[in-house]
Amino acid sequence: MPMRKSTVFLVYLFSNIILLTVLGLHSLYQREAASPWLEEKREMVRRLDLTDLCLFTEASYTRHLTQADGHVAFQDHPVSLEHFPSGSLLRPPSMMDRTHVRLDR
Amino acid sequence: MSGWIDKQKNILDFTFSSILRRKGKNIALLLVYTLIVFLLASVMFLTYSIKEEASTILKDSPDMIVQKISAGRHDPIPLSYMEKIKEIRGISSVKGRLWGYYYDPITGANYTFMVPEKFPHEPGEIEIGQGVSRVRATFPGDALDFRTWDGKVINLEVKKVFSAESELVSSDLILISEEDFRLLFGGSGDRVTDLVLRVRNPKEIPTIAVKIAELLPDTRIILREEILRTYDAVFSWRGGILILILAGAVLAFIILSWDKASGLSQEERKEIGILKAIGWETSDVILMKFWEGMAISLSAFLAGIILAYIHVFFASSSLFEPVLKGWAVLYPQFKLVPFIDASQVVALFFLTVVPYTVATLIPSWRAATVDPDSVMRA
Repeated sequence: MPMRKSTVFLVYLFSNIILLTVLGLHSLYQREAASPWLEEKREMVRRLDLTDLCLFTEASYTRHLTQADGHVAFQDHPVSLEHFPSGSLLRPPSMMDRTHVRLDR
Repeated sequence: MSGWIDKQKNILDFTFSSILRRKGKNIALLLVYTLIVFLLASVMFLTYSIKEEASTILKDSPDMIVQKISAGRHDPIPLSYMEKIKEIRGISSVKGRLWGYYYDPITGANYTFMVPEKFPHEPGEIEIGQGVSRVRATFPGDALDFRTWDGKVINLEVKKVFSAESELVSSDLILISEEDFRLLFGGSGDRVTDLVLRVRNPKEIPTIAVKIAELLPDTRIILREEILRTYDAVFSWRGGILILILAGAVLAFIILSWDKASGLSQEERKEIGILKAIGWETSDVILMKFWEGMAISLSAFLAGIILAYIHVFFASSSLFEPVLKGWAVLYPQFKLVPFIDASQVVALFFLTVVPYTVATLIPSWRAATVDPDSVMRA
């Protein structure tokens, strides 16, 4: 006898909820498992006095987002134009708040 | 209780028969809906994980960085500034950092050179990040050529490659001895790139920053708090392309809900009329439409969230890679730790499932309260 449509839907729903729970547990497990690696990165930051994450290497001001000076691309002003793709993903460093008028707020 | 469950199952059976009668339209709807949730959830997972990881890792970055500014740009800072800063009470250590960028014409990649305080190797030797190792196909024991500031070529031997797990901070990094750094970039020995400070009492950081700014007016001071704040807001929803993704997804979702809320098709109205005529209560019709809305929105929400998790944490956000990569040749291949903000997932649920279900109910309720005869004749 073919399964009722409602049963198929409920099975789909519960299997998704179970899968979501498994992913939630995976997230918790991974966080636990990653703690030595997080500690390794923290130690590296401490030892080398690093200030930034290596997310984008195409331009100096997106590589060291917090260290950029005020005279490259969008840093002439927090809302001026940008010409590197990654610059269009990021916001200007918070330090710029101190030195520029907050026109974009 | 079992009677109630049976009723729901019967209505669900009928709902699915009704959905399958308009198979093409509903499958397309489900796919678009899933795609919207997938896109929103992927951006949410990616940005939240990066922010969380940044705040964990960068907690130990220097308390303060002092950079010399000359004609509005960052300039090497004289070591004599260090002596002046040391005189300020409350500072536990001041160190000079030597670092800089190197554009590699062979690969087109940019590297970050840095001199560590204690370099465990001899001059002529370096440690490199995974990204550098990848783009130059270089491993411990191999040598790399670099062009110095005066056009000469120096050959440096790779002693170590940093672990793949540390790529998020070290992918483009090259650690080098001070001697080789000066040979590569030139400059006088009495200047460093910038100064890093550690302060005994964190509460004194703002006061010390003001004192340094008064003592050395041609410098700028970057506080750790600002570093952390920068990464906390790094992918703000208002930032560049993110607002475009968000706006596109929200508009698509508004169109979907609007289509539902603006009224039922002739066929659907007729169906409701027939159901009413054969004895269905208005509440039964509304229940059927509730299940229809729930079946589509909940299925799309669950599938979208699961696919987004797999995309971001198992497939390293490969669909976003062209955007994240930009024009970079050296692209760090980091695996993010899956930090999930449950409140964001709940917010996404209430933003997607609830409005759609409500939008499905309203026109059905309107059609179900009209005389079945007139609905069928219309």
